[in-house]
Amino acid sequence: MAERSSIGSVLPAANSPIAKRRRAWREFKDHAARYGVAMGGVSVIFAIVLIFFYLLYVVMPLFSGAEIEIESEYVLAENKIVHLALNEYNDVALSVDMAGEVQFFAADSGQTIVKPELPLLADKQITSFSHGDYTTGVLAYGFDNGQALIFKREYKITYPDDKRKITPLITYPVGEGLFNVDEQGRLLRALTVQSNEEQTTLIGLSDANTLVVLGLIREEDFMDEDVFTIEEMRTEITLPEGENITHIQMDVDQRELYLVDDEGFLTYYDISVITAPNLIQKIKAVPSGVDVTALSFLTGGISILVGRSDGQIDQWFPLRDIHNNYTLHNVRYFKDQSSPIVALAPEYSRKGFVALDESGQMGIYHTTAERTLLVETLADNGEVAIGLSPKANGVLAVSKTGQATLVAIDNEHPEVSWHSLWQEVWYESRDKPEFIWQSSSASNDFEPKFSLSPLIFGTIKAAFYAMLVAVPLAIMGAIYTAYFMSPKMRTLVKPTIEIMEALPTVILGFLAGLWLAPIVEGNLPGVFSILVMLPIMTILTAYLWTKLPAAWRESIPDGWEAAILVPVVVFIGVVSMLVSPTLELWLFNGDMPRWLDEMGIGFDQRNSLVVGLVMGFAVIPTIFSITEDAIFGVPKHLTIGSLALGATPWQTLTRVVLLTASPGIFSAVMIGLGRAVGETMIVLMATGNTPIMDFNIFEGFRALSANIAVEMPEAEVASTHYRVLFLAALVLFMTTFIFNTVAEVVRQRLRVKYSSL
Amino acid sequence: MSKQSMSSWLKNGTPWVWLNAGAVSISLVMVIGLLGLIAVRGLSHFWPPDIVAVNYSEPGSVPITLLGEIVDKETVSALRLKNAGVDLPEGQSAGQRYLLKVGNRDYFGLDFRWINGPWMMEQERPEHVVAIERREWGHFYGYLAGVKESGEWIAKGDGAWSELQKRLERSNGLVDEIKQIEKNEIGEINHGLESLRLEERQLELEGVETGSLQHQEIAQSRKDWDEKYAVIQQTLGDLYTSLNRDQMMMIISDGREVEIPLSKVVVAYQPNAMSTIDKLEFYFHEVWKFVSGDPREANTEGGIFPAIFGTVMMVLIMAILVTPFGVIAAVYLKEYATQGPMIRLIRIAVNNLAGVPSIVYGVFGLGFFVYFLGGNIDELFFQASLPSPTFGTPGLMWASLTLAILTVPVVIVATEEGLSRIPRNIREGSLALGATKAETLWRTVLPMAAPAMMTGLILAVARAAGEVAPLMMVGVVKLAPALAVDSIAPYLHLDRQFMHLGFHIYDVGFQSPNVEAARPLVYATALLLVMIIIVLNITAISFRNRLRENSKASEN
Repeated sequence: MAERSSIGSVLPAANSPIAKRRRAWREFKDHAARYGVAMGGVSVIFAIVLIFFYLLYVVMPLFSGAEIEIESEYVLAENKIVHLALNEYNDVALSVDMAGEVQFFAADSGQTIVKPELPLLADKQITSFSHGDYTTGVLAYGFDNGQALIFKREYKITYPDDKRKITPLITYPVGEGLFNVDEQGRLLRALTVQSNEEQTTLIGLSDANTLVVLGLIREEDFMDEDVFTIEEMRTEITLPEGENITHIQMDVDQRELYLVDDEGFLTYYDISVITAPNLIQKIKAVPSGVDVTALSFLTGGISILVGRSDGQIDQWFPLRDIHNNYTLHNVRYFKDQSSPIVALAPEYSRKGFVALDESGQMGIYHTTAERTLLVETLADNGEVAIGLSPKANGVLAVSKTGQATLVAIDNEHPEVSWHSLWQEVWYESRDKPEFIWQSSSASNDFEPKFSLSPLIFGTIKAAFYAMLVAVPLAIMGAIYTAYFMSPKMRTLVKPTIEIMEALPTVILGFLAGLWLAPIVEGNLPGVFSILVMLPIMTILTAYLWTKLPAAWRESIPDGWEAAILVPVVVFIGVVSMLVSPTLELWLFNGDMPRWLDEMGIGFDQRNSLVVGLVMGFAVIPTIFSITEDAIFGVPKHLTIGSLALGATPWQTLTRVVLLTASPGIFSAVMIGLGRAVGETMIVLMATGNTPIMDFNIFEGFRALSANIAVEMPEAEVASTHYRVLFLAALVLFMTTFIFNTVAEVVRQRLRVKYSSL
Repeated sequence: MSKQSMSSWLKNGTPWVWLNAGAVSISLVMVIGLLGLIAVRGLSHFWPPDIVAVNYSEPGSVPITLLGEIVDKETVSALRLKNAGVDLPEGQSAGQRYLLKVGNRDYFGLDFRWINGPWMMEQERPEHVVAIERREWGHFYGYLAGVKESGEWIAKGDGAWSELQKRLERSNGLVDEIKQIEKNEIGEINHGLESLRLEERQLELEGVETGSLQHQEIAQSRKDWDEKYAVIQQTLGDLYTSLNRDQMMMIISDGREVEIPLSKVVVAYQPNAMSTIDKLEFYFHEVWKFVSGDPREANTEGGIFPAIFGTVMMVLIMAILVTPFGVIAAVYLKEYATQGPMIRLIRIAVNNLAGVPSIVYGVFGLGFFVYFLGGNIDELFFQASLPSPTFGTPGLMWASLTLAILTVPVVIVATEEGLSRIPRNIREGSLALGATKAETLWRTVLPMAAPAMMTGLILAVARAAGEVAPLMMVGVVKLAPALAVDSIAPYLHLDRQFMHLGFHIYDVGFQSPNVEAARPLVYATALLLVMIIIVLNITAISFRNRLRENSKASEN
């Protein structure tokens, strides 16, 4: 056989080495193609799936808690440290003790870097100590003769040989001298200090239960800023007999003073005018039997944290009521520790804090997110001083016996929680819990507010109004096109409407914002009259059509009704716009937007009405073409059977065709909804992009997609803001994916059904 | 019609049919109206309209003459007019307001002015009024007083116009020459100096000591570049001096005589004196300038060539990326993969990805391509130019990749459809003749499915050309300093940012300070974009239709 086939053939014999080689080569190519294509195909599919996982990967860190890791442990001498602080790089620590010894040391080894000598006098005893706000680094000692010393930690950073060198030092913001706080020279039992460029305030509690408020105004010489004079202002507040103050704290702006006594009362003074301090409120802050064991401001100096003997931590801040009076409110609490809280350390730049209890447990919290990120044992007992680093990524703990631990904290995104994203959050200085999206602000003590609710609301609002416009128009249009329209017209109409789908939305957005919005604003009554008149006039035209002479009617074949209505639609549009000013004059005093405003309905030029119209326009072709396919695909024998049984075309349509095609129509609406939810350019350009939660059709909104487009380019990589925007994208992805999948599955089923009918 | 026939008319559903027909009519009116609006506004942008001189007398102030183009008019209710201080005659419920483009922004402050119809006195169209398109400050309208050379009068009155045109030609030539030098030669020098700096940095990273041979070489070539630069600087200086020689003197509507250096003039014309033929010629010249010119004045004037170029480049690169991958994935899904629930699931997922919002792809592109991939590429290959990123920043490459991922489902779906239309017997015939599966695919199936792939590709291109939202994150900029292709190696700069037609519309329409002046230009840009996209879509649709007919024919 083999020989015969090779005779007279251009091909080599089947078993010849050449043929074998060629076969092997072909086989190899076939295999290579198989695996190559499979690999390519799988990798493309993988790349597509990657989108989801990458978004998830970026979002995940938002929801993970904090982690701590011991970086180094060492032993220092026994001590009476009252204050510990770390610098920005967690390498230089400062300790201050009650003996007047101040020491900067290496945070990871305890090696002394420098031990500055303070101008103390040997015959005076230190009786109290206070640290100002951590961000300012101001510290003060109070003495038994009523005097006080104010000093400040500073770090000078230089770059000799391109390497960072930190030189810690102690400075004296109001001079090296001691100030007489209590003029009568009584012992200072407690002290609080705050200082800024212009003013330093010291409040001391003297032995006679008198509070002395000492304001030091620093006035610089205008020639040389190192030369300055100090102007003193002072008042005394005599506290009630028997009130035993345990904690005293002044805010960073030197306007508020909080006292806590041993019966658990929290007293709130307004000291913004130093010479006239004003008692605002005295309130029982803890239930009977529970003591206040720690008191600290949150960064920014608005909220005060109260640590209690039962391990709970309360957050209080003053609220202004309608009469402009302030009252303190217990806004939220954390109860994740069980021993008395002994120390509270606020973060420097976020509204979080670290709490230490008597058993040596440390808790990391964030107030507005209402998150307890971590509770873990830091030391054997609560007899430790802790210092939190400015970036809140490290904490140093030194016990009385000298055991020192430097701990690294990994806590990147405490400010986001399920609660803060979706529920109402009570932010500082707000009178009630609210949904707020405010990712950036001009003010310095700013807390980003990431509530996705207003954005989701905006997206839903946009989609709702768009669907309100699109669904009736698209479905009715599709019904007509698929079922009643003459085939000739159908070949023209279908591609025309489908071309709409390809129109870039940036053009629609541009027209919506710059062309339609002013027209709608100027002719609001006209727009509404179009909406009302269109169906009425259509029915009227239909009725009048039956009145026309038969010869006229027969000149236009069935299935061309839509063409007859085109001039009617144009006519209604033109007439409505022409009569709009007159209508406005009659009904709305000539200015409908203002009239609405007077009715208490807000009006923006770029509002949901405009978005609804234009985005509806953008969604129509999607819904139209799928619905049309579904209706057109209904097997002909069903409709013919129905008609043969005597049903009118309309009855056939509603009872047979629509019922059969309803899953297709449903999936069309779902896909349309998916498109409306994800549409970006139209909502970006045609609304004011203000994140408000109001369903008013005349006001704008801020949609998820537009928000991403606006803020993403400015968001710092890997910051909380960046990740929250990724979360917004993930939400969009999931929503549209679910909509589309449901629609797709329904459509697949429909296809099977049609083919079986 | 009797009562009964009326109710049966309602009952048999005719009104409903008409209502449904109404929905189609509304949709049709909207589509055609929208396209018509864009077309009319976009096309009329280039037409030189007549300039009117209006005597305008506001009550309580001296009557003035305004010179400009009427760009818009609107009907305002009497009440609103009254609020603006205009009293209409008794019985008139509405009055007209006109938007007059008065130009001369540097003298009047604003180049648009709303004027109230009732206050307009006589209008005329003076023949010798001159409109000037300037390089700065927008349009200028006025009367030509004469032409000056270095401050000396050259021509006045009648002869001035031809003298002006002659000198304008010269100054525009000089401007072009300067632009050429600045773009090419100075660009080359800058690039040379920059690469020297990078070389130096690289040496530093490698730890080569200063004073070594390499450093000396760098210093030598730097000196060469500097010398070249000095020569070019000299030439440029001469050109500028010669450019600044001529001025034209103009009288503006309030009677002031002002001087305009010819170096700032693009074109001067007398629209009222132009015949329709002249205007047509001017029109097409303007269209050409729009399509081929560079933008001016924060994109609100001049041409959009860089945006067209950027869009085309981006789409081209995207097409090169998306075609092979889309086709391979489709072939895998249709021909190789075992058809089962898993593949069905993947097919649904791929279909759905076409419906995922484009902004999501933008976010993914920014995070994954730009920051992750780009950042790593910079670390590995462009160490010397760090910390300024090369690929770790939005750019053409990442934009194309992002859009490729966005459009790959379109290609997959279209190709799969094409593959499924190929009759079984063709495949079986090929296999029966002894061809392997790969050969069958390569020689028979794929060529037959080519129109389907083409359709998918065109649809993908049309979608990509219209997308803006994802591009805003991965590489589009308001104004790109240089095109992605130029004469400096490696000629194609994938790391550069680019301009895009769609983003141009968004940016000029919404971010520019003088939206009113820029609006006609936006319409023109929109028209161009719509035309591109509609042409692409119609091509795709006709390809698809032909394909369907062919497959029907081959089935029969």
